[in-house]
Amino acid sequence: MILAFLRRVFLITLALLFSPLVRAELTIEITKGSEAAVPVAVVPFGWQSTQAKASVSLSTVISADLARSGLFKALPERDMLTKPTAADKVNYRNWRAIGQEYLIMGLVNELAGEYQVQFQLLDVYKGESILGYRLNIKKNELRKAAHHISDLVYEKLTGKKSDFSSRIAYITTTKVGVNKRKLYKLLVADADGFNPRAIASSWEPLMSPSWSFDGNKIVYVSFESKRSAIYVQTLADGKRVKVSSYKGINGAPSFSPDGTKLALTLSKEGSPDIFVLNLINNKLSRLTKSYAIDTEPSWSPDGKSIVFTSNRGGKPQLYLIPSQGGRSSRLTFDGDYNARGQFSSDGKNIVMVHANRGDYRIAIMDMATQTINVLTAGKYDESPSFSANGDMVLYSSKKANRSVLSAVSADGRMQQSFTFDSGNVREPAWSH
Amino acid sequence: MKINKIMLAFIVSIMMLSGCSSTDKKEGSLLDNNVEKEGGSLVTTALNNQALPEEQVLTQGLTDSELSEDGLSRLGAEFSDPANPLSKQTIYFTHDSSQVQQQFVHIVAAHAQYLLAHPEQRVTIEGHTDELGSREYNIALGEQRAKSVSRMMKVQGVSNQQLEVVSYGEEKPASDASGEVSWQLNRRVEIVYQVQ
Repeated sequence: MILAFLRRVFLITLALLFSPLVRAELTIEITKGSEAAVPVAVVPFGWQSTQAKASVSLSTVISADLARSGLFKALPERDMLTKPTAADKVNYRNWRAIGQEYLIMGLVNELAGEYQVQFQLLDVYKGESILGYRLNIKKNELRKAAHHISDLVYEKLTGKKSDFSSRIAYITTTKVGVNKRKLYKLLVADADGFNPRAIASSWEPLMSPSWSFDGNKIVYVSFESKRSAIYVQTLADGKRVKVSSYKGINGAPSFSPDGTKLALTLSKEGSPDIFVLNLINNKLSRLTKSYAIDTEPSWSPDGKSIVFTSNRGGKPQLYLIPSQGGRSSRLTFDGDYNARGQFSSDGKNIVMVHANRGDYRIAIMDMATQTINVLTAGKYDESPSFSANGDMVLYSSKKANRSVLSAVSADGRMQQSFTFDSGNVREPAWSH
Repeated sequence: MKINKIMLAFIVSIMMLSGCSSTDKKEGSLLDNNVEKEGGSLVTTALNNQALPEEQVLTQGLTDSELSEDGLSRLGAEFSDPANPLSKQTIYFTHDSSQVQQQFVHIVAAHAQYLLAHPEQRVTIEGHTDELGSREYNIALGEQRAKSVSRMMKVQGVSNQQLEVVSYGEEKPASDASGEVSWQLNRRVEIVYQVQ
């Protein structure tokens, strides 16, 4: 089955040579495509500007976005017989003949130092336009405009919320200088891996980044003082606040959906337990009390419960506890290692690291049926993070002895790997 | 302020569009100036992820462990004599276990004796794990390993004040490679002598 899918390997290499913001060349490899993907053609946008050439190809970015969703298959530009930029120039019969169901086209005009982007979404079979917008953007916002168009198209065609404009945070390590000292960095990038920007760097480990639900803050663990401490950093101004530096472990921070609390792991009382820190009055309350390891808390979307990892039964398994405190109940029984659970935004699923016989993979548990569906086939897959709409799961895996980011659709039908030009990339966290 | 206004316009226009999905035709035509005046349905990207400030460099200069390596040579000849158990500062563990194996007990004991004889000397007991499993779980596992070692030392009378426990989980591997050989090297506790 999987091998049949694997035959459909295609590679999109996006090298952005013009934008000064982009530092790394990124390769998104779709390693497992979906059979059911809808064919869509994104025609190169018309360009009317004093600048000879667009710094970003909108059609390339939109095509890549739609393809990454797993629901669409973008027609390569070389297979396009014509490249119309307006609906009245479209010969629908020709597009039907090459099996395209939708057509996206548009035009960029320079207007008073800014760009105006017009685009249309055409239904090839109906032979009509079904969506059209005009966007006024700053000159450095072409890439963002493209993601925005992808969002609008995706939402129109699927009726579901999209997340092409969302962002990801992740940790990298690179070896620096003659001493090959390891440098840890916390980065934030667009959801497609472009525009990576380091927001913190340290010679000591940085780990466990997690987003506030409004996307304005990131909480993470830093060992910069030679012991663990938890910091909340505001992205807009870079200001950070040390919120936890108790004796022992300060780990696994996770924002409550309303942003007023953090769930975290502390070992100040002995063994690691789950605590909730109220960020408004700094009150700390203890949720679990066990002699075992309790860690990796993560909130349900309604804020009422917290899923966490515990080895109280001998092996690490997922448990659920009311966020106000109370009795915890065991969630997972399948497999000998289930850890780092995270709820989908609708609360219907939990994604986790699931191991059987030493292979660590990403699995999703359906909360209604309590069944576990293993999505990946790696040996060292870890740190799963749901996309905002729950369609995709970003995780870290190993490839040729390097940590890389990978993504898989929640139904397991589509897989892709993100390769950055150097170093190890891990612990991806998708903004909500 | 301007962003908010744009965002509002964007939200309003999205709401309007979703509210009139039956009039797909109207929506389907590219919005020209007239439509814009009538319906205000001009969509502008309100891009909230503005440029971020410069990255924060959280550590600078030599780390303590580099300094302590320097300090180790000043500790005395017994630390560099391979025949002396003090020359070994790493205790290895089996997978998913925090129990000190028999062959390392005498090494922990030697360090405990040294610390008893040098009550001003402080050590950091660093717990580490292999890369298998989730990272925060490994932080917890590394702490259990470090605590096993520090407990043995305390049993021999070493003062709490001399011992600091820290777990790095899988974040600071001794060997970066994958495979059982590396994992064995990485499942460890390091006794790091602090500079006085």
